[in-house]
Parts: sequence; structure tokens; C-alpha cells
Amino acid sequence: MSAERAAPSLRRLEALVLPLANLVLALLLSGLIIRLIGESPLAAFRLMLSGAFGSQEALGYTLYYATNFIFTGLAVAVAFHAGLFNIGAEGQAYIGGLGAGLVCLGLGSLPFWLVAPLAIVAAALFGAGWALVPAWLQARRGSHIVITTIMFNFLASALMTWLLVNILIKPGQQSPETREFAPGTWLPSAHDLLARIGLSFAPSPLNLAFALAIAASALVWLVIWRTRWGYALRVAGKNAAAARYAGISPARVTIAAMLLSGALAGGLGLNELMGAEHRILLDFPGGAGFVGIAVALMGRNNPVGIVISAILFGALYQGGSELSFDMPHVNRDTVVVIQGLVILFCGALENVLKRPLSRLWSR
Amino acid sequence: METYTLIILLLAATIRVATPLVLAALGGLFSERAGVIALGLEGMMLGAAFASAAVAAVSGSAWLGLGAGMAAGVALALLIAVACVTFRGNQVVAAMAVNIVVAGICPMLGLAWFDLGGQTPQLSNPGQRFAEIILPGAHAARSVPVPGLLYAELVSGHSLLVYLAAAIVPAGAWVLYRTRFGLRLRAVGEDPEAVETAGISVAAIRFQAVVISGLLSGIAGTYLATAASSGFARDMTAGKGYLALAAMIFGKWRPFPTLGACLLFAFTDALASRLEGVPLPVVGVIPVQFIVALPYALTVLLLAGFVGKAVAPKSIGVPYAKDK
Repeated sequence: MSAERAAPSLRRLEALVLPLANLVLALLLSGLIIRLIGESPLAAFRLMLSGAFGSQEALGYTLYYATNFIFTGLAVAVAFHAGLFNIGAEGQAYIGGLGAGLVCLGLGSLPFWLVAPLAIVAAALFGAGWALVPAWLQARRGSHIVITTIMFNFLASALMTWLLVNILIKPGQQSPETREFAPGTWLPSAHDLLARIGLSFAPSPLNLAFALAIAASALVWLVIWRTRWGYALRVAGKNAAAARYAGISPARVTIAAMLLSGALAGGLGLNELMGAEHRILLDFPGGAGFVGIAVALMGRNNPVGIVISAILFGALYQGGSELSFDMPHVNRDTVVVIQGLVILFCGALENVLKRPLSRLWSR
Repeated sequence: METYTLIILLLAATIRVATPLVLAALGGLFSERAGVIALGLEGMMLGAAFASAAVAAVSGSAWLGLGAGMAAGVALALLIAVACVTFRGNQVVAAMAVNIVVAGICPMLGLAWFDLGGQTPQLSNPGQRFAEIILPGAHAARSVPVPGLLYAELVSGHSLLVYLAAAIVPAGAWVLYRTRFGLRLRAVGEDPEAVETAGISVAAIRFQAVVISGLLSGIAGTYLATAASSGFARDMTAGKGYLALAAMIFGKWRPFPTLGACLLFAFTDALASRLEGVPLPVVGVIPVQFIVALPYALTVLLLAGFVGKAVAPKSIGVPYAKDK
């Protein structure tokens, strides 16, 4: 068989061509839908592109959204490598943000170099904590993690609503939000940081959390592909029986992977709360946990791929909201459709293109 | 007497909230007993809610709306079946994809067609909605104190789809446990190889099961848009599909316990809206979010094996490859 010989090029095909072909398919189909509602798909995509990259401000917003998606994409991917489907990144990000927010509210008088690391640790711990129960239930009692993480999303939402409405709300205020964090706890914005080294950049919510997200991606790459622990995680994810035979405990891997996954999801809170909103508010993850599924699938669970597809989705989100000014019928909802189609083609229908494409390749 | 009236009204609200849950959960039960994870209930319901409201608004007929809702549910179910059964894709991924696409495409089409910010027009004409049916003698019965009120408020005065949902549970149980199709369907969910060995197509059974789940979720979505409210609003299912799935798990993948779970979850919902801000003796005001969270917490406890043991169909989530 030539399958052995074709293996390396096939893998390259899978890593590069397949996600691209699936993306093109998803975009073509969304173009068709845009056509269907009477707008020009080409004009829409051109507007989207300039809305996402056309100015410094646009680029700032694109990367700001991408920061959220990198964190949630990494969270979903780490769980994927361990053979787990973490649909709970949304709830873990919500609770992780609570952790960061509580540190900022409670220890706001401390200097930044002290409070920022504490908030980062709190975000990771709270996010991991919210993932721990589903992880433990899956590992020790065999409860289906897909269902339990969905349930924990709803539980997180109820808990946060209760906390914000009854406990954390700023006194004398109607909307369920906390008071603003002390300015000393804010993550510096990109334009401030760049101004410090003499570069001017248009104001946008882009902040230091983007750099943290990139660092997290590098860390995930190191851990998954360059450590014994990451190897155990991948083995357990591919074949639990083989892992057990090799002396790896799949149950322990499940718990550890979900802890890391939840901690990464918690990173969203750093960007959203410490970097942009500077307070805790209702539903700040805004569906980014689910975008993370699309990002991880398209990035093939590889940190480099995840950063690229997170930026792509950041561009779609930013471009999509710009688009609605010129084309009132094409907006964020269109982006949600594209997101769903990417999940459909890259995830559920990945076998559709794989065979014809690899046949084409080996010709 | 006051308390009695209150309880009757609470139970009547429970029935109304439970109806879409019962329909969707029973659909999910068919899908999961055949081995296909029913995470797509949410999307199929939402799609059906939009389709039914849009068609009812344009045509003026609630029945055409119901047809459109069922068609939308089935179309989405077919998409899931093609991805999961034909192409053996990941069932969770396929269902999430459908849920997300539907969440985006409904307000998008709604905006393009009706220009009402993603909603459908208000269904204000009588024929556009499945209105409450007043059973014979309900008005007269009201004057009879105890059983009369029960008849007038609890038995009478629901939309046709509520009675349909009540009838569909025993019917579903009969199909599942008393027919050849039901036996094969359950067998496919446990041991597809054995079924294939007997010369029956696993793929065909799974397709039919998923389509049934689409059909029933379609009715559930239609109920939401054309009976419980009057028109489609963005994200109007608000997690009811996942709640139905939880109820089905809570009912341990069996029809009548699932009905019980739906009623329990609906009761907590009805109770939550009634108890909002009302101080109770001893405990004081119960935060409404605690009651809202109760079904999810109960389901987690059940899955953890602390409230009995829930055993899923053995082959659930595993794509079946004939040539293996």
C-alpha cells in the first residue's frame, strides 16, 4: 500500500488544505444565504474584511475579540486532546472572570505588579474549579461530560445572576453590575503600551491579555507536545485501553486535562473584565465559549492553528458588526451562521472532503 | 379555598410550561434510544419556532404554521442524520453546529423578511395561533367549587398542542415497547452489530429515529411560537432543548419517567415565577435563580449516581461502521 509513503504529505494536507477547504465551503454557503436575502455576498465579505482590518482601530477590535477566542479555543482543544468534549468553556470563563473580578474588587489598593498575577491565578483557579466537578464525575462516576458541562453552564449563569443582582451589585444602581475596578488593576491597553515605546496606535479595547493569550498558546504547545504529561494526555485521549496498559490512569488524565481546560477558559475574564469592561457584568463571555469549539476544530486543536482561526473569528465578529451599518440585513447573526457552518464542515462533516481530497492529492 | 385556587393555577401553568419539554424530550428519547445523541433538540425547536411563526404570519393559518414547524424540525434532523449516520461524524459536534447555525439564521432571515429586528410579526388574528380550547361545560363547571375549578382551569383551557403532547407520551411508549420498529430501535441503541446481523439496516433505523425527534421538536417549537406566545423572538427556546434533554436523562431514557421529569422541571419553573420576591415562612425570600437552577443541579446529581442510577443506551454517540 502507498498509504505509508503518503502519510507525511497526507498529514500536511489534513493540517492545511482541509481546514481551508472547509472554511471556503462554509463561506460559500453563507454567501449563498446572503444572496438569498438579497444582498451581494462579495460586497459583504469585502466590507467585512475592511471592517476587520481596514484601520488600526478595526485591527485592535479584531485582536481584542480574538483574545477571547484564543483562550476558549485552547480550553476546548486541551480537552479534545484528552478525548473529552468540553462544552462548558462558557461557564468556566464566566466563573473564571468572577475570580479575577473579585481580586480586582477586593485587592484593588495593591500595586499592579502584585494584583495582576493574583488576578490571573484567581481566574485560572476559579475556571478550573468550575471544570473540576464535571471532570471528577466523568472520571470517577462515568457521568457524560458533555451533559454535565452543559448543565454547569446553566448553573454558572444562575449563580452569576444571583451574585450580581443580590450581592455584588454596586449600591444604588439599577443594572446588575459591580462598581468599577480601581484603575491600578486594569490591564494596560495596547495603545498605552505602544505609546510608551513611542508608537502611536488608535484607541481600542485591545490590551495586554492578547499577549497573555499568545503566551498561553505557547505554553499549551509545550505542555501537550513536549512533556511526559502531555504525552500521557494524548495517549489517553486516543486510546484509553492502551493508556491503561502503559500505566497511565485515564481518570487522572481526565481530571487534569479538564482543570487545565477550565483554567484556560478563565483567561477570557482577564481580557473582558480587567482589560476592557473594568467591572463584572452579566453574561460577559457572550458565547465565546461556543466560538471556542469552532476555533479548536478549525485550528485542528493545534495552538498555532487556534491563534490563526481565533483571529479569523475575531475578524468575523468585528467585521460583522461593522457590516450592519452598510448592510442592515447582514450583521452579527450572519457571523453566528458562519461559525455554525465552520463547526459543521470542520467537525461533523470532516469525513466528506477528506476522501476526495486525499485521492486528488495522491494522484 | 384561596390556596386551592392557587395550587390549581400553579398546576395549570406547569402543564403549559411542560408541553414543549414533553414533546422535545420524547423526541430526544427516540433519538438516543437508537444511539444518536439528542443535543440538537434546542436547534430543531428554535428552527421550528421561527418557521411556524413566519408561515403562520404570512398565511394566516396556524395549521400551515404547524406544518412548517414540523418540516423545519425534520429538515434539521435530516442534516444531523446525514452528518452523524451517513458520514459518521461526531454527534456532539454536528448537533452543536446545527444549534449555532439555527441561532444565527432565524433572526437573520426574520430581519430580511419582516424587518422587525429579527422577530416575526405579532400573530394577532385568531386563526394564526393555537388558542386555548374551552372544553364543553367548563364555564358552567366553574361555579362548582372543588372539582369544577379543577376541570375549568386544569383540564380545560389549553391549546390543542397541549392535549397532543399528553396523548403522545403513551403513544410513544407503545411504539417503543410494543412494536417491531420500537424493538429494533432500542436494539440499535444497545447493540447495532447484532441488529445488522439480523439483516436490518442500522442506518435506516437511526435515520427514522432522528427524524422522529425532529418531528416532535418541530411540534414543540411550533407550540412555543404559536401557542405559548404569539410570534418568534430571538433565542426564544432559551435552553429549553437542553432542559428537555436533561429531563429525558432524569427520566432514565424511559417515556413515563421522562414525562414525570418534564412536569417536575416545569413545576419548578412555574413556582419560580410565582415565588419571585415573595417571602416564605421560615426561609424568607428564596432567590429565584436557585429555583431556576434546580433542574440542572438535579440532573447533575442523577448523572453522578446520587439519585438512583441513569444508564444510557450502550452504543450512544458511537457512529456505526458497517464494514468494521
